[in-house]
Amino acid sequence: MSKSVDNLEKIRKSLSRRNRAEKRFRFYGVTAVLIGLAAVMLLFTDIVSKGHGAFRIAYLQLDITYDQDLIGIDNLTDPQQLALGNWQAMPKVSLRNQFPDVSGRKDKRSLYGLVSNGAGFDLKDRLLENPLLLGDSETLWVLADDDIDTYYKSWLDGEPYDARLTAKQVAWIHELHDQGKIRLQFNSNLFTRGDSREPEQAGIRGAVMGSLLTLILTLLLSFPIGVSAAIYLEEFAPKNAWTDFIEVNINNLAAVPSIIFGLLGLAIFINFFHVPRSVPIVGGLVLTLMTLPTIIITSRAAIKSVPPSIREAALGMGASKYQMVLHHVLPLALPGMLTGAIIGMAQALGESAPLLMIGMVAFIVDIPGGFSDPATVLPVQIFLWADSPERAFIEKTSAAIMVLLSFLIIMNTSAVWLRKRLERRW
Amino acid sequence: MTQRTIITAILFTVASITATSSAMARDSIEVVGSSTVYPFSTVVAERYGRASGKPTPKIESTGSGGGMKLFCSGVGTNYPDITNSSRRMKASEYKLCQSNGVKEIIEVQIGYDGIVIANSIKVAPMKLTRKDIFLALAAQVPGEKEGELVDNPYSTWKQVNASLPNTAIEVLGPPPTSGTRDAFAELAMEGGCKKIAWIAALKKKDKSAYKAICHTVREDGRYIEAGENDNLIVQKLEANPAALGVFGFSFLDQNADKVQGSQIESVEPTFESIADKSYPVSRPLFFYVKKAHVGVVPGIQGFLNEFASEKAWGEEGYLAEKGMIPLPDAERKVMAANTRNLVPMTGKEALK
Repeated sequence: MSKSVDNLEKIRKSLSRRNRAEKRFRFYGVTAVLIGLAAVMLLFTDIVSKGHGAFRIAYLQLDITYDQDLIGIDNLTDPQQLALGNWQAMPKVSLRNQFPDVSGRKDKRSLYGLVSNGAGFDLKDRLLENPLLLGDSETLWVLADDDIDTYYKSWLDGEPYDARLTAKQVAWIHELHDQGKIRLQFNSNLFTRGDSREPEQAGIRGAVMGSLLTLILTLLLSFPIGVSAAIYLEEFAPKNAWTDFIEVNINNLAAVPSIIFGLLGLAIFINFFHVPRSVPIVGGLVLTLMTLPTIIITSRAAIKSVPPSIREAALGMGASKYQMVLHHVLPLALPGMLTGAIIGMAQALGESAPLLMIGMVAFIVDIPGGFSDPATVLPVQIFLWADSPERAFIEKTSAAIMVLLSFLIIMNTSAVWLRKRLERRW
Repeated sequence: MTQRTIITAILFTVASITATSSAMARDSIEVVGSSTVYPFSTVVAERYGRASGKPTPKIESTGSGGGMKLFCSGVGTNYPDITNSSRRMKASEYKLCQSNGVKEIIEVQIGYDGIVIANSIKVAPMKLTRKDIFLALAAQVPGEKEGELVDNPYSTWKQVNASLPNTAIEVLGPPPTSGTRDAFAELAMEGGCKKIAWIAALKKKDKSAYKAICHTVREDGRYIEAGENDNLIVQKLEANPAALGVFGFSFLDQNADKVQGSQIESVEPTFESIADKSYPVSRPLFFYVKKAHVGVVPGIQGFLNEFASEKAWGEEGYLAEKGMIPLPDAERKVMAANTRNLVPMTGKEALK
């Protein structure tokens, strides 16, 4: 009797201890999640606070005259004339008219420094689109130089950064500001142009296109190959030492640092097959090698999760093994495979190390139009901008990171959504 | 049916990829090489592309050594046309080029770059000599007796030179793979090392031992390899005013509100002092062109003319605005003429 009371007493005591242990464990779990969330929040706020400025950029209002003699052209269809035209003279003259009392070589130079040195080319493009403007004048908003942009933004924020400007330039900006002739506008260049060494003209369009082309090729190659390999290994291959060996190797490959795939790509595709450097073809091939293990592993897991009863039923009804796999197992395993493919693609999108070896870490201005045009990709663009000395690239870098992150979030959300939507439980 | 279509599609993709890649003539210029020349080369490429309406040259930053290796691998559109370098071509590289059929190489010196040792503007600027730099950063320094070497015992700048502040030695700089590091070792450290008479005498007797003493940076945590990203070094200096950082002049130029350059032998690193060579830690910048490619790959001549124009590399050109220090007038004129006329190297240059 007394013994059972003792036991009850023991259990009651241990109950509170066990409850405490559970509470502690939950607390640890919640803390771990909170630490993770805090880190993510910190990253996001840091990137957003640095990068939000890049979506707006300073423009100057100028009266532009498309003066034939000034530019030195009389025929807008002659490519020779277009190449030699003095386009930058248009914003220069306009600035001189705006500030007529500026004289002396040095002062004029700093005056011309107010506008972006690509402004003349922008005006050329506008003129070519509207040839009737030749000889006319109009009032336009013209892109400002990046130093002006940086100063104007920092001044609006209350912490002016004027180390790159002369005292006169600062005075001119304030004069323009008082006249309402300088303003921040949505930075469409960021999304419509390729890379540039002038921060105000730099955009991510080239990198986005390069990423897109590379990923299309990666998907086209790695999904069919990965799925076929997974089906063969799961359904047809005999289970012996050889297939074990292959399995170990695939798992191993999934953990190999991605730079190794870059070296492999350099040796095989570039040095042996003579595929040109820096093109999406070679990038796609290398990233295919990299994502294949991921896709094979997830596809095999998806095939494994199809219950054997379905296979047996199909075979029992007289289907051949081939029919059983194609008609029954594959459709049921496809959602899992697609999820795996999306995750693999997201990985490939964020990769830059293997591309270093195959020449995709390069300065490329022209927007790639096909698989054989030199291209770079988003993470590489971020790397290149982060390494640039110009101050204005800091916010551009963060803006590009924001774009990359939103692509990744979209891809990963769609993977989760697909799984939720198509998943079947047995 | 559908499976057959899929299989055909895959085969077609693979076939078309191999087909396009095997028979492809290049219509844009390929440039590789130094990460120090990269910011200047890219500006010229972009200007050239926009003004001419031709494809913009593609520029890869592979480091000077890596660029030379690619450049000297052979002639033909599979190999780059131009390589940038933050040092002169080495004799061994010239030989490699020759043995791979890259016979005629045009050498173009574009200007200078200064290497600065900077700290945060929150504290006083340092006044260093190259000897101080050597003693503070070398792995081994001369001991009490002549000819004796001891592991670097210095932990504060005051121990190195009594006129320096009593702060711990902490220098952030580039890793050994960087051309900036090579130049820093050669110009700053060796420059200081030579001031010690018996080491200077060693140069004649045992060159490799001399180099090992002068170029080896200490690895006990006083010199911190901060990666190739100079922006990161600037950020770290701002956070830690006691530290010094080693990087290129253009980063100092862009971040004058955060960091200041230390004086070396009482000369401040400025645009002027590097140009007239009174600032001791500066290096020449080059690029090399394959003459055989001129006329084969379209646009090389145009790109060279853009580079060698006064509006690009002149004293008031746009490269100077980006922080490159131009050549003196006379040298620039000769160099521009050589570039335009595609005068190749003779093989008799004093290459190291």
